[in-house]
Amino acid sequence: MSVVFLLCACISVCAVALICFFLFVNGIPAIKEIGLLNFISGTEWRPANNVYGIFPMIVGSAYVTAGALLLGVPVGILTAAFMAYFCPARLYKPLKTAINLMAGIPSVVYGFFGLVVMVPFIRHNFGGRGMSVLAASLLLGIMILPTIISVSETSILAVPKNYYEGGLALGASHERSVFFTVLPAAKSGIFAGVVLGVGRAVGETMAVMMVAGNQPVIPQKLTNGVRTLTTNIVMEMGYATDLHRRALIATAIVLFIFILIINISFSIIKMRSDK
Amino acid sequence: MTVRKENIKKRSGTHRKSHRCDVISIALRLAVNLAAVTTAAVLIFIIVYILINGIPYISADLFAWKYNSENVSMMPAIVNTIYMIALALLFSVPVGIGSAIYLTEYAKRGNKIAACVKLTAETLSGIPSIVYGLFGQLFFVKYLHMGLSLISGALTLAIMILPLIMRTTEEALVAVPDSYREGSFGLGAGKLRTVFSVVLPSAVPGIISGVILAIGRIVGESAALIFTAGTVAEAATSLLSSARTLAVHMYALSDEGLYLNQTYATAVILLVIVIFINALSEYTAKLLGGKTRNG
Repeated sequence: MSVVFLLCACISVCAVALICFFLFVNGIPAIKEIGLLNFISGTEWRPANNVYGIFPMIVGSAYVTAGALLLGVPVGILTAAFMAYFCPARLYKPLKTAINLMAGIPSVVYGFFGLVVMVPFIRHNFGGRGMSVLAASLLLGIMILPTIISVSETSILAVPKNYYEGGLALGASHERSVFFTVLPAAKSGIFAGVVLGVGRAVGETMAVMMVAGNQPVIPQKLTNGVRTLTTNIVMEMGYATDLHRRALIATAIVLFIFILIINISFSIIKMRSDK
Repeated sequence: MTVRKENIKKRSGTHRKSHRCDVISIALRLAVNLAAVTTAAVLIFIIVYILINGIPYISADLFAWKYNSENVSMMPAIVNTIYMIALALLFSVPVGIGSAIYLTEYAKRGNKIAACVKLTAETLSGIPSIVYGLFGQLFFVKYLHMGLSLISGALTLAIMILPLIMRTTEEALVAVPDSYREGSFGLGAGKLRTVFSVVLPSAVPGIISGVILAIGRIVGESAALIFTAGTVAEAATSLLSSARTLAVHMYALSDEGLYLNQTYATAVILLVIVIFINALSEYTAKLLGGKTRNG
């Protein structure tokens, strides 16, 4: 019987192997055909002319992720600090429920909300078409909040209480003790949360597609449209054939490698913070 | 939890009052409160906005059995979602529980295979859903010739939720005290009997809360399904028929842009389902004795 359990356990190994195999077998030939350098650093994506450069999408992913972090990280960490050290007892449970719910809302619902609320708002107040780097960043900033909050809160709570008490004993106020003794001690855990948030933001697809405009050009302004690696795949996979199709799979390989790097750094940071 | 409660109890007024004029402290307190209010306000705004715009358009027509362009009923999509949940769980739960049993009950410390399984499970949980969708299309749809179908979608989702089921089951199994196992061995039960009649039953609430979380993910998933289960708006008649789930249905409506009010209504139903699932998972977590799922 133990063999059956072992087989079950091996399925996840097989799944990862299969995913890698099928992505690489279908995508690597396209990268070879286009040329790795042309593919990664090419600034033009014109499937009709067989020109496949994903640099604008890499930059696009980087922009919206950076924007999301700019908004999500401060709010997320401060909210985590609030929940761990400032929150009145009767507020704690509703807030925790709210944050869990935030993590559970489907990305299409977020995307739709962005489409009907944020996009018109940006169009009226900042000009442009509304579907923009700004809209995608704002929306992603909201979507990564629950990840950052829950990982940060856990690591803040894991800091031994005597750090906080030591701060108080030296005459620091409650706020100063939390921010200048507890938070620095929890920094690697908080950082792990941020890295996990980056993974979420880079991998998010549908919500971004609905608000980003999806032009395959490097955006010059915050109000310009942007296309990310993920949306590049969803936008065109439905009708792509031949090299175009394989180029999209190759895009997924690039995305997959980015995500692997992010996840490995998360594991390393987390391992260090657990020690 | 307990640490936090102590924090609150011990925070007597004295040291707070003595620092009333400390600008940095006041600024920090303000910032922290502002952040928490922002987080809560954003969520409330999203939910209330969708409810206000969607509830007036929920009508009996939207739950008609047939979908057509005059009446974009979401009933077929709801039926498909239920099929999808049932199928994905059917594949994933036994495998997930089996893996977790192997990891906690059979694998010895420092076992290379166990380390490898844990690593791959972690990798799986980080892969974005669009990559799953692409893989599902390459493997299930094309390579195994299953086509855009319920079964392709369910198998893709099964892989996607596998790490979640594995992790929650493993946590639940680890939480079962060793004295249970020792007691069972002491009464002469074998390893297998101990696992199935002693360890697993005590881990059931934990496993169920994992399954509920997995259901939540399936309900909300869209990117992985568009290229595996397709977007046909009819209730599936067989495992091989293409079927859109509620989230995909909502995306399709929003994409077509002709049915704004119905899209709001669909969003309301999705939100209600998600809220219900979250409440359920919190309830089962409570049965586990105050353990939170993020804890």
